[in-house]
Amino acid sequence: MKKILALIIAVVMMVACFTACGGQAETEATAFKIGGTGPLTGPAAIYGNAVKNAAEIAVEEINAKGGIQLELKYEDDAHDAEKAVSAYNSLKDWGMQIFLGSVTSKPCEATVAEAANDNYFLLTPSASSTAVIKDNDVGFQMCFTDPNQGSASAQYISDKGLGKKIAVIYKSDDVYSTGVLETFKAKAAELKLQIVSETAFADGTDTDFTAQLKDAQDKGADLVFLPMYYTPAYLIISQANQMGYAPTWFGVDGMDGVLTIEGADTSLVEGVMLLTPFNADSTDEKTAAFVKKYQEKFGEVPNQFAADAYDCVYAIAQALENAKATYDMDNVKLLEVLKEQFTSMKFDGLTGDGMTWDTDGAVTKSPKGMIIKDAAYVGLD
Amino acid sequence: MTFLSSLISGISLGSVYAIIALGYTMVYGIAKMLNFAHGDVIMVGAYVCYFAFNSFGLPWYIGVLLSMIICTILGVVIEKLAYKPLRAAASLAVLITAIGVSYFLQNAALLLWSSSPKSFPQKFFNIGGKSGFTIFDGKLEISYTILVTIICCVVIMIALTLFTEKTKLGKAMRAVSENKEAAQLMGINVNRTISITFAIGSGLAAIAGVLLCSAYPILQPTTGSMPGIKAFTAAVFGGIGSIPGAFLGGLLLGILESFTKFYLSTQLADAIVFGILIVMLLIKPTGLLGKKIMEKV
Repeated sequence: MKKILALIIAVVMMVACFTACGGQAETEATAFKIGGTGPLTGPAAIYGNAVKNAAEIAVEEINAKGGIQLELKYEDDAHDAEKAVSAYNSLKDWGMQIFLGSVTSKPCEATVAEAANDNYFLLTPSASSTAVIKDNDVGFQMCFTDPNQGSASAQYISDKGLGKKIAVIYKSDDVYSTGVLETFKAKAAELKLQIVSETAFADGTDTDFTAQLKDAQDKGADLVFLPMYYTPAYLIISQANQMGYAPTWFGVDGMDGVLTIEGADTSLVEGVMLLTPFNADSTDEKTAAFVKKYQEKFGEVPNQFAADAYDCVYAIAQALENAKATYDMDNVKLLEVLKEQFTSMKFDGLTGDGMTWDTDGAVTKSPKGMIIKDAAYVGLD
Repeated sequence: MTFLSSLISGISLGSVYAIIALGYTMVYGIAKMLNFAHGDVIMVGAYVCYFAFNSFGLPWYIGVLLSMIICTILGVVIEKLAYKPLRAAASLAVLITAIGVSYFLQNAALLLWSSSPKSFPQKFFNIGGKSGFTIFDGKLEISYTILVTIICCVVIMIALTLFTEKTKLGKAMRAVSENKEAAQLMGINVNRTISITFAIGSGLAAIAGVLLCSAYPILQPTTGSMPGIKAFTAAVFGGIGSIPGAFLGGLLLGILESFTKFYLSTQLADAIVFGILIVMLLIKPTGLLGKKIMEKV
């Protein structure tokens, strides 16, 4: 019995020794540890992987310059709030100092609450729901908030005279979709755009869209606004095609990705418009270099999520440099200096020049209209 | 016109539900267990057909045949590994196992085929390059996929009814369904009969998968789960265990869903549909065509 006790004590002491050693190693940090969660698997994996890949490129570039050094780690959350929180916890165990938040809205709403409790600076590339930045002091966004996307879309449709009678189909159980819808409607009313049909679907009723489309068609809608992710949007467009209904389709950033569906009939999405702050075909020098590098490394054209993530890492690096932050600062200190920088600095990135952030954490930049032509995005302006 | 087009969209959705419900009801009727993995076998069937057609360039009927064969094997393997050892266990244990198998299949599909959605080819049932025909001077469009789905559904229902009524094996199935012990005493191999039931149910799932994805062409690992649950509801609605009941239940559920979306509300479609179902089941607890079995104590 005594032997066993002695053994246990020995083991405990050894473990204690190891943890102490681990603690020592941490103080000799040589890089800022940046963590993020995103759907690397699951139905929204295309976004998570785009963000992770682009963030890796940005970190490599910054480290190669020899200035401040960054270390990046992405954890999978499968677009699930609970998994995102456990992913966040494992990032904390890893020693994360700055948090890139979650890629999609629902998980990010969960992780931002945790980050606010623990005082981590959070800059999400793409979680566009307002809850991510409202009512907390840690959340910042690189993408537009959902409301901004909605009102910008209405403004764009009105400015360009894209449609006289507008139909909206939205996903009633998704905060992203309803968030865009609300401001779209408010702005449309202000601009005297006529919304003739407003229909919804939810998780259980997302296979057959005949009723929604028929309603839009019967009421003579010549433009259908689709504030949703691309998977249901593709189904809607292909069913409309079968019905012989061909309005102008207008989407927001969730539509980005529709061209990457395997085996998709790209002729169906020809002419689909979407509002997004990033255009991979742009001749801009920075964009072209990023697109080239991304293609070489991952074999596909980066989407807007990738560009936002790339900008996130650069914006953080710029803020850290401005603030002369050091590697041994803990998350609380970093939160303080980064918040100060972000609310005062201007940042030029792939997704816009002269970006600024307000005290809530919302970004100001101007969106670009895009149209799908010959299975590629082309700038509308 | 709105009435007709909502009816057609309802029938199209309903016939897909019905074809899935046939598989559910078949297994429940004979093995007396709810095979919740049925929806995921459908998904596997659709993937097999997709890869046969898109990656190997095989003609679609070979693809369907191949996916039927693979699903049948899969069904029998699942039955052998997951359900057979629990033959004597409480029905709740089998139910939980079935849910486990369902998750297993979904996650295996995630690993094997990744999560990114695939667009299922829609050209299978085109005639002369067209996907459908129009009636009433082009006001109403009916796609060939819907026609094929309905025809398949009716043919399968009749074939299954005849099979269970007329053949020796079918009689054995009905005997097993009524009383396992007595059937065994009469010289029926109960285990083999149940295995065959699963084989047939899974073969049907493959056809259902191809038809589901032909009508609604997005394919991902979760494709089968929601239609699976709806079809289960349809089977209960029609009277679980009854083959014509599954057909009727599926069609009615589809039409009800479509009417609700067209006339009442797209936002509350599911709530209204399931509300009506609850009321119906309160009035007739055995479902539309379900038999009331007196338990002798």
